[in-house]
Amino acid sequence: VSLHGQVYERRLIWRHRLGKLFGWLCRWTTILSLVVLAVLLFTIVRQAWGWLDWGFLTHSNSYKAQNAGIMPALWGSLWAVGLTALMAVPLGVGAAVYLEEYSKPTRLTKFIQLNISNLAGVPSIVYGILGFTVFIRMFGLRDRPEKFVASLGFADITFELPLGRVVLSGACTLTLLSLPVVIIAAQEALRSVPQSIRHAALALGATKWQTIRHQVLPAALPGILTGVILSMSRAIGETAPLAVLGVASQLSFAPGRITGPVDAIQHPVKMLQAPFDQFTVIPLQIYSWISDPKPAFEHVAAAGIVVLLVVLLTLNGTAIFIRQRFQKKIRW
Amino acid sequence: VPGAGQLRRDNRSTLRRTFSWHRLREEVIRGGLFCCALLSVMTTLAIIFVLFTEALFTIPPHTAFFQDVSVREFFLGAQWSPQYDPPHYGIAPLICGTFLITGISGLIGLPAGLLIAIYLSEYSSPRARSLCKPLLEILAGIPTIVYGYFGLSFVTPYVITPLFESLLGVPVQGFNAFSGGIVVGIMIIPMVASLSEDVLRAVPGSLREAGYALGATKFDVSAKIVVPSALSGVIASFLLALSRSIGETMAVAICSGNTPTLTLNPLVGIQTMTTFIVNVMQGEVVAGSTVEKSLYAVALVLFVITLGMNLVSQIILEKYREAYQ
Repeated sequence: VSLHGQVYERRLIWRHRLGKLFGWLCRWTTILSLVVLAVLLFTIVRQAWGWLDWGFLTHSNSYKAQNAGIMPALWGSLWAVGLTALMAVPLGVGAAVYLEEYSKPTRLTKFIQLNISNLAGVPSIVYGILGFTVFIRMFGLRDRPEKFVASLGFADITFELPLGRVVLSGACTLTLLSLPVVIIAAQEALRSVPQSIRHAALALGATKWQTIRHQVLPAALPGILTGVILSMSRAIGETAPLAVLGVASQLSFAPGRITGPVDAIQHPVKMLQAPFDQFTVIPLQIYSWISDPKPAFEHVAAAGIVVLLVVLLTLNGTAIFIRQRFQKKIRW
Repeated sequence: VPGAGQLRRDNRSTLRRTFSWHRLREEVIRGGLFCCALLSVMTTLAIIFVLFTEALFTIPPHTAFFQDVSVREFFLGAQWSPQYDPPHYGIAPLICGTFLITGISGLIGLPAGLLIAIYLSEYSSPRARSLCKPLLEILAGIPTIVYGYFGLSFVTPYVITPLFESLLGVPVQGFNAFSGGIVVGIMIIPMVASLSEDVLRAVPGSLREAGYALGATKFDVSAKIVVPSALSGVIASFLLALSRSIGETMAVAICSGNTPTLTLNPLVGIQTMTTFIVNVMQGEVVAGSTVEKSLYAVALVLFVITLGMNLVSQIILEKYREAYQ
């Protein structure tokens, strides 16, 4: 064997070793990150063990760790995210439909598109500052909140201007925050609908809107719903913008003073009052427990995190279920 | 058909010009949808307006932040203590804290994310991939406050303190930049991994096959062909991830404390731009005070930095997309 061959042999062995090593490195990094996930979940469940019971879900917060509960925060989160979805979904899907179906590639469209991608990257705390200025300070136009009563005939709704730290302000802030994500997800879903569907509908004489309303949107619905649910589950976990709004972290009642589903059915007016009532959300409640110097609250915080994760898991599970179920039905 | 009668009456009018309720409805819907799309532009304008009026210039009876505090003091001062008397408004400690967190998180999150992306796109079997991806999605979906709790109750007491205090004898504070950086680093891993994986998979298979045909090993193909040809996309994902860790708030607020420190020592408490804002907002802020205006100035700096990074990564991604089509 020549000298050249020997050098080549040695290098070849070395290169194969390096290749194997790199493969191991890649694999173990992946495994390690999943181990971190496991450790994270394990730490939280271990801390929460024994603290999560029915009383925790039905009580409001207390200065005694044993009696502390998450009820107002749980309802507050559901109200805030429910209202957010109510606003963000029509606006987001509408914007996506315009950009995908109507717009021509003009400079304005390109600008809007770039703008949306950039808004998705703006830190959530900046949205908090925006919400604070608009809903709490109202650009400094009013120094003191003023009470208003809106008479609906069958009931009176009281609210203040500036709105203050109420569910509606929080929901509006979260709407602005999650809109870009909803738009991008809806755009992707619309893009995945084959062009032939549109052509077929248009060829049969349908107008543009009829095509979109009856053909494109139903076909894109699973994708849109998945994106919407994922962005809403992100909105549930948002803490910083609501903390900047100054949303309360300790409350003893659910929004609208609703004590339960039965109460809500008996007094539907409370449902209308709830958006204008004070609220707190699960992550903020957890934050206040973490900040509490009493060591027992560490366990309460962990129990709160478990509740938060269960809510998120339910939402994400629904998203996956929708994706699996409806994707099978549609065959192009 | 509603338009048919009119058409017969006036042959010269084109189909487009005839009035019909259908057409009006179409136009109204189109206009409404356009307004939805425009809302995003309005949001950006509102953010810029709000930050500028409080930080840069405002209507005369009120004063903006930079009319109360000189630009020189803001950018060159080395002390940040707006709530003390006399107040100091030098943003350097906050910038330093922010970049400490971003640096540590980048050192952990970027290589790990890239390695995972390479594993998923080049090495893994389809089965392993379908197992890993949902798990990484779970990691991405965990709220930041949970990471904060994890940092405070696990990373600091069970990882950093044993490593530095017991082993190396360096004092570690209960709130430190290191644990904040680590958890933010973990947080950005799934983001880097999924964005990078997308661009790595977009590299045409023929390039890989050409490499193998020349006798390259899997490492050679991954590191010398696939990653370099997707480099711009990888860099874009890095920039997006870093801009996210600059904007990260709650995890850092919980792990790294609230003391503005001009230091490069990661084992002491620091304050970042975001945690300053949250910390001030937790208490009552006097409307119109300089402390309140300083929030807007800090938020403006934060906004400009993250916007710059996002724009650059958008531009890079845009260029990249054209290259392979």
